[in-house]
Amino acid sequence: METTILPEVTALGVIIKAILILAIIAAIAGFGTFIERKILAFMQRRLGPMYVGPYGLLQLIADGIKLFTKEDIIPQHANKVIFAVAPAITAATAFIALAAVPVFPDFTIPFVDIYVPSIASDINVGILFVLGMMAAGLYGPLLAGMAQANKWGIIGSARTAIQFLSYEVVTGLSILAPIMMVGSLSFVDFNDYQTDGLWMVVYQPVAFVLFIIAGFAETNRTPFDLLEHEAEVISGYATEYSGLRWGMFFIGEYANMITIGVVASVVFLGGYNDFWIFPGWFMIVAKIAFSFFFMLWVRAAWPHVRPDQLMWLCWKVLMPLAVVNVIITGIVMMLV
Amino acid sequence: MSLEQFKNRNVGTQNYKKLDLSHSPSSGWGEFKQVVSRTFKPELFVGLWVTLREMGNALLGGKMHTTQYPFEKLPISPRYRAIHEMLRLMESGNYRCIGCGLCEKICISNCISMETRYDENQRKEVSKYTINFGRCIFCGYCAEVCPELAIVHGQRYETASEQRASFSLFEDMLTPIDKLNLQQEYQGFGAISPNADDNIKKTPLAY
Repeated sequence: METTILPEVTALGVIIKAILILAIIAAIAGFGTFIERKILAFMQRRLGPMYVGPYGLLQLIADGIKLFTKEDIIPQHANKVIFAVAPAITAATAFIALAAVPVFPDFTIPFVDIYVPSIASDINVGILFVLGMMAAGLYGPLLAGMAQANKWGIIGSARTAIQFLSYEVVTGLSILAPIMMVGSLSFVDFNDYQTDGLWMVVYQPVAFVLFIIAGFAETNRTPFDLLEHEAEVISGYATEYSGLRWGMFFIGEYANMITIGVVASVVFLGGYNDFWIFPGWFMIVAKIAFSFFFMLWVRAAWPHVRPDQLMWLCWKVLMPLAVVNVIITGIVMMLV
Repeated sequence: MSLEQFKNRNVGTQNYKKLDLSHSPSSGWGEFKQVVSRTFKPELFVGLWVTLREMGNALLGGKMHTTQYPFEKLPISPRYRAIHEMLRLMESGNYRCIGCGLCEKICISNCISMETRYDENQRKEVSKYTINFGRCIFCGYCAEVCPELAIVHGQRYETASEQRASFSLFEDMLTPIDKLNLQQEYQGFGAISPNADDNIKKTPLAY
């Protein structure tokens, strides 16, 4: 029996990968704002940003310059330390969560012949780590809303709390059934489980739908954007924020959207396995891009729900469904 | 309607027709059935389909609504009364104004001022003609009264400027002599806009 050679994890490699994740995901998150404005505009038969650069492509730079050069205002009665730290929590946890998700299949750099496992750290509790980090990211809106001495902020952070309590149960329970089938918490094991071409969504359609719904709540996307819904609570937790701090919230939000896309792709949609004639790296990029597009699509199509409807949905509909799904999965696994 | 019916202001007793709304469920089982039926109805996906269809219409079907205003302009109606234009005769290139002074006379906000004199051929010549656009209310009487169709309202509605005077001199309003071939004849009151055909829609008889 030949021994499998474990991929070599070097400190230098991890640092390079961390820097790459930070740079690329931050750039994509910024670019995501442009994509979102364009897609929403097209769905309303508008053009979207057009004037800065060809097809408005440089709008991103214009927005960046504007955000960076805006005056940094901290309200008089705000708790200044927490006010300053809160956006960093959202942005940092979003990027930390990305450390444990695999984005590409492992590959070898040509010419220099260095084998690269393309995940910053394949920890054996990968899913728990990512979900935990994304949950910790909710401390950003929570603290921001409470620190800013503004009633809209308070309402926003109260909504953060109920949203957090509602969807987190569903996320955990819905992903429990695939975890039971795979028997591991590592994303790489999840990916390898689906190498035969049968995606997890075939076995676990209910868990997939539940996870997608909870994922929308986790990233504060419509129809669950209760935290900052302008028509109701001005801007919720972000009311008093401006400039770079406000931008950090949004980089965190878009990074979270990408993370949810990666998790859904790897856990349910076949990960980075080759599919038909398409190589694995293309498949996972396509899946992440589609899930990003789906979030924008849903935002263009659906109205958002009230906080009480979210709680009703999560506690009375989704959580029982998730529990039933887990029980049925368990029974089937026991019998087969 | 008889007078008695008309005088009856008591809203509560009138014969209103109620919309045929389905009754809301009273029992827990009914509520559950409602939730299940709403869950499996494809209405949410209808919404997704509509937005995707509109995106396809916009990108591929050429149904984008946006007019990129400073670069594209929608045609405006010939009836529109913007900054005045002084037209020229097509044959000779002379200005049409005969210096009759009717426009000055009829101007209700008293903003047109003109001076005329006889030139060497004993023809009336306009020596000074200004419109004070601080006072002009764009009523269109001057264009209506002009016997020669010399002063008309043009299509220049973008009138933001450092000085009003840059619109108001005779030479500014007069068609430039090198652009005489581009001079538009006034369509007349009651003319329709050039894109009127495009704006015609079927009357929605279903409503």
